Amino acid sequence: MSSAARIAASRAGEIVGPANVIDGADELAGYEVDGLGPGAAVRPGTAEEVSELVKYAAAEKLAVIPVGARTKLDMGMPPARYDLAIDMTRMDRVISYDPGDLTLSVEPGIPLTKLAATLAEHKQFLPLAVPFFEHATVGGTLASGVDSPLRHAYGTAREFVLGLEFVSGDGALTKSGGRVVKNVSGYDLHKLMLGGIGSLGVVTRVNFKTFPRPTPARGFFAAFETMEKALELRQRIMSSKLSPLTLDLGSPGTAELFSSATAAKIVPEAVTADLPARGKWTISAGFWGSTDVSARYERDLRQMAADCGAARVDVIGEDEIPGQLGRKREFVAIVSALSPGAVVMKLSVRASQLRGAQTEARNIVAGAPIDYATLTNGAGVIYFAMLPRRAGDAAQACRQAAGQIMKAITALGGYATIVRCPLELKREISVWGVPREDFPLMQRVKRAFDPCNIFAPGRFVGGF
Amino acid sequence: MDHHLLHELEHLLGHDGVLSRPEDLLLYEYDGSVEIARPQCVVFPAKTADVVRIVELSNRYKTPIVGRGAGTGLSGGALAREGGIVVSFARMNRILEIDIENHRAVVQPGVVNADLSLAVAHAGLHFAPDPSSQRACTIGGNVSENAGGPHTLAYGVTTNHVLGLEMVMPTGELVRIGGKAADAPGYDLCGLFVGSEGTLALVTEVTVRLTRLPEAVKTLLAVYDRVDDATETVVEITARGITPAACEMLDGWTLRAVEAWVHAGFPLDSAAVLLIEVDGLREAAEEHAAQIAEVCRLHGAREVRVACDEKERDLLWKGRKNAFGAVGRLSPTYYVQDGVIPRTKLPETLREIDRIGKENGFEIGNIFHAGDGNLHPIILFDARDSKQFQRAVSTAEEIIRFCIKMGGAITGEHGVGMEKDRLMPFLFSEADIALMKRVRDEFNPAGLLNPGKIFPTGKGCGEVRVRSQRNGAETDSTHEESSPA
Repeated sequence: MSSAARIAASRAGEIVGPANVIDGADELAGYEVDGLGPGAAVRPGTAEEVSELVKYAAAEKLAVIPVGARTKLDMGMPPARYDLAIDMTRMDRVISYDPGDLTLSVEPGIPLTKLAATLAEHKQFLPLAVPFFEHATVGGTLASGVDSPLRHAYGTAREFVLGLEFVSGDGALTKSGGRVVKNVSGYDLHKLMLGGIGSLGVVTRVNFKTFPRPTPARGFFAAFETMEKALELRQRIMSSKLSPLTLDLGSPGTAELFSSATAAKIVPEAVTADLPARGKWTISAGFWGSTDVSARYERDLRQMAADCGAARVDVIGEDEIPGQLGRKREFVAIVSALSPGAVVMKLSVRASQLRGAQTEARNIVAGAPIDYATLTNGAGVIYFAMLPRRAGDAAQACRQAAGQIMKAITALGGYATIVRCPLELKREISVWGVPREDFPLMQRVKRAFDPCNIFAPGRFVGGF
Repeated sequence: MDHHLLHELEHLLGHDGVLSRPEDLLLYEYDGSVEIARPQCVVFPAKTADVVRIVELSNRYKTPIVGRGAGTGLSGGALAREGGIVVSFARMNRILEIDIENHRAVVQPGVVNADLSLAVAHAGLHFAPDPSSQRACTIGGNVSENAGGPHTLAYGVTTNHVLGLEMVMPTGELVRIGGKAADAPGYDLCGLFVGSEGTLALVTEVTVRLTRLPEAVKTLLAVYDRVDDATETVVEITARGITPAACEMLDGWTLRAVEAWVHAGFPLDSAAVLLIEVDGLREAAEEHAAQIAEVCRLHGAREVRVACDEKERDLLWKGRKNAFGAVGRLSPTYYVQDGVIPRTKLPETLREIDRIGKENGFEIGNIFHAGDGNLHPIILFDARDSKQFQRAVSTAEEIIRFCIKMGGAITGEHGVGMEKDRLMPFLFSEADIALMKRVRDEFNPAGLLNPGKIFPTGKGCGEVRVRSQRNGAETDSTHEESSPA
């Protein structure tokens, strides 16, 4: 440990108490981001302690990365500097919960599973079916901006985070938004922090709008020989009067992944309907409601699937929903576990470009030693996973393909970024994709929030 | 105003693109709020390039500049508080693209809200934000204020339906943010700019999401003899997890005012009515309507009526959406507030508003978005009596302070503007406001774009002036146009 790191650890210890400072090499290794470790990690217990820590870091120009359960630290570009990890997992309380108002206020370190259990007592939930669900915290989930298959019905976090309290780069404890479901008081600064991977501040409190749990839910699968037929069904559902909870399109590779033993380890619930879908393109949807409403969904979905030439259709019951939703939720985790060298890209396009985007991406990897699997959610976001068949030249092929796919998607008017990839790839390509014209505006946002540039420098879009 | 500036503006836009005679400017000194502020000139750009040039001129002549849609706002957002140039987007009113397959539209800021929904209705789509002024208000104004409306309870407010913006920055740069696809990488700039009340940029193009029209709609009218029964119904509907598409309340005083003018069929002897709408699949709408009717009856509704056809439904909504026009017939001036509270606090808050009104000698009517706890108390006063006006302002402030005490906020959908800047410190700390100011100063460094809004100016409410007898001079059609969401 360097002397600077020792001093940092000692001052931080005065703020959070020595028991909450982590400075042993072994433990610190767990806080590494893209191979770079901090001098110290601290676990504050209150918003005021976070504020003191950030003030200290700003005065000393220490680079800070706030962390939760550390399931997605490999997002973004490697940090330029990294001195102090602020571990938020001690701040894991429910601050207030008004089930009658369907509003909730929590500390960011609360695990999603614990929060789900609290809400379940009142038959409520938050539509955060995100990767690494069993471990992830609220704060990390919001900061990483990962999305959820449930966004088709509920939107992303920006639609149900009512307000945030956070510590900005000067150490000031700040808030925006509020605790009510409708509010236009002041600028919506909190929206900037969702998906900002901790580059603007450290969140100390999150106010949510909660939802009644959609139970009993049921699930629908339709398997197709071709992507075109599957996309036709997707478009028909989109233009129908149905509003399913989820609506996802999987490639044959994804059906293969989902039925693998690895997937079963991550999401243990069996989904029998997955198995016959091997080798096929699948549309999977969830829906809920009374007997009459469910019957209507089933009837209409079956009819539409038949009209689109489905090779097979299955409807599953409540007991298999966790398996269906869980697999879709954990797509990135399943890919990573199965293929450590995988490159997972996020491709966002208009519905009318889904076919073109998938075709381009498939053509680009066609000649290379790369398998692929894709999962496209209801918002038109394609998760495109490239699975190298062997080490060495396959990794190089993935790098080349990633660059080509970014160009192709940009040309279609969409966005392409890399969600997960080996560190080496980041040395050659920006995971945030092709630079955009709004970058100077983002620079101004960053400057206002973090004038000393201490938060996660280098990791976010444009090298923030 | 510098006559060189005026000359340059006329050169750019032509003589019919600039107004500067006092009698013309009079029409632009007000909006739907109780504020007034007169600009030195009003300009009418026809295209984005004009807006860029106007911004450049405002910088060169160090003259304030304020964007304006239809002027239906309720917090003075489109008023030239410090004088200068008002940029009316009335001529930039074209729908540029309708993309049915992708459920998207691209519009100029001056497009009237309802016109967009009409233009896509043939494809079974609509633009979901529906402020009550939707037949007049513009999408540019909706974006600036992050406008709401009755159906935002289920469908979300403007920010939930905007995917991309083209903007002219106060420094004169033309920038695009977001676009038709979801999840543009980087910070959620649309999330920041929508609702920034015209203080960060002038919007010249908006990409919006279009929403499918529901298969079935059921509209219910529940009639109560006690206000408490109505508010408790709302609490229970929320707690049961039923999300209606809209859940509006009118108290007895307001519904009588409305009935006298609109003849919507509201029972004159009731203490309150709830106007509740459910939509979705036929089967789901039927069930939700039945569940809601049951809750209404459990909480003492003396009658629950279901609109039997489109005509009856339209009439009920006409009553709701024209309520503010109806109130305008009763009083020379009125002041509409816009507090928000947690839904569980509705009964207690309405009792408190009643108490505050009585204590200050005002009749206060209530008509509001009950389902999301967004209150619109209406204070009637006579602006010719300056003491009465001051008392109306302080009464409104007392109501807002109570909303904050209940865990609420100072504005749910009307904006802070110049009406509530002084209330910001009740809700936000110095540090909160300082960060918002830093953000504003990054984008609007010279402070020429819409100055004197959102942030406390240190000016007391004595500065706020009121036009007198304005409502008395209105025609029926403008009643509708100036009504809030």
